[in-house]
Amino acid sequence: MNISKQIVDDFVANDISFVTTVPCKQLGGVIEEVEARPEIYHIPSNKEDEGMGLCAGAFMGGKRPAIIMQNTAIGVTINTLVTLTQFYRMPLPMLISYRGELKEPVACQAEMAVHTKALLAQLSIPTYHFHKKEDAQELDAILKYTFMCNKPVAILTDATFWGGY
Amino acid sequence: MIRSDILREIAPILRDQLVVCNIGLPSQELHMIDDNAANFYMLGTMGLSSSIGLGLALAQPKTVIAIDGDGSVLTNFGTLPTIANNVADNFILLIIDNGSYGSTGDQPTYAGKRTSLAAVAKACGCENVIECQAAETGKILREAIDSGKMTVIVSKCESGNIKVPVITMDPVVIRDRFMKAVAG
Repeated sequence: MNISKQIVDDFVANDISFVTTVPCKQLGGVIEEVEARPEIYHIPSNKEDEGMGLCAGAFMGGKRPAIIMQNTAIGVTINTLVTLTQFYRMPLPMLISYRGELKEPVACQAEMAVHTKALLAQLSIPTYHFHKKEDAQELDAILKYTFMCNKPVAILTDATFWGGY
Repeated sequence: MIRSDILREIAPILRDQLVVCNIGLPSQELHMIDDNAANFYMLGTMGLSSSIGLGLALAQPKTVIAIDGDGSVLTNFGTLPTIANNVADNFILLIIDNGSYGSTGDQPTYAGKRTSLAAVAKACGCENVIECQAAETGKILREAIDSGKMTVIVSKCESGNIKVPVITMDPVVIRDRFMKAVAG
């Protein structure tokens, strides 16, 4: 099955109905799929911290949210993750394009990649790394875990997972 | 009039609505004037009141008033195009524009100089944008609620603060009682 479709199927099966996205080439297929699903309100955001604010509001309004973004966004959103999502104990699945890993053509992306897992660990954010296609089979369980524990949870998806650039 | 005067005057209107209130003194003032479960106080994260409010309005049918400040809107300028392009007719963004960063000691903002937030909101595509003077805020807010149209209000007031205690309520308590008010 198409991996983007499979991911969004898991979103819908877990009642995720409010998704904010910041553009990414690797996640382009997922973003298209999110846009196409009638079960999901897709709201593109201009910056990832804005997106996390939208998700916090949607969650308090009774919807299950998710955010789709690049790993560079960890640098943008630390304050929001700590003082909004974590402080108020809100769930937030973060489907993240893990730029700067193997097969990366752009050197600058590696600069953030080397800090990504360290930052997530410092923030005590449960982190999962999809490297091979079959890793995505865990997504359903990861989403259930996220809404069980009311935490932001990171799902890093690298270039090998997506089949290169 | 300063911000706390406006909040005191509109408190009876806010009381029947879901309110997302900006970080710092605005939340502390609203908490002191009329604390209730339908107020969501931001204890951190400057700039996101309008985003939280819009997400909440899109997710459920009750009217949502996001109280923001000029400095906070300047911090999260990207919010205005998102609001304009995702119309929620149960959403009102009330920007109390005192031309200063009140919570940090009244340093001037650009909104108090050459930048018009009402003009920016219009340029971003927001359809119902009203700039008013502080004393008119209650009337304009009431009309915006009754109109059933998404509205951005920019209320121009004087800079200045009153002494208020910090909010010591636990964030999870704030969130939990707010969600019960949303669902109730």
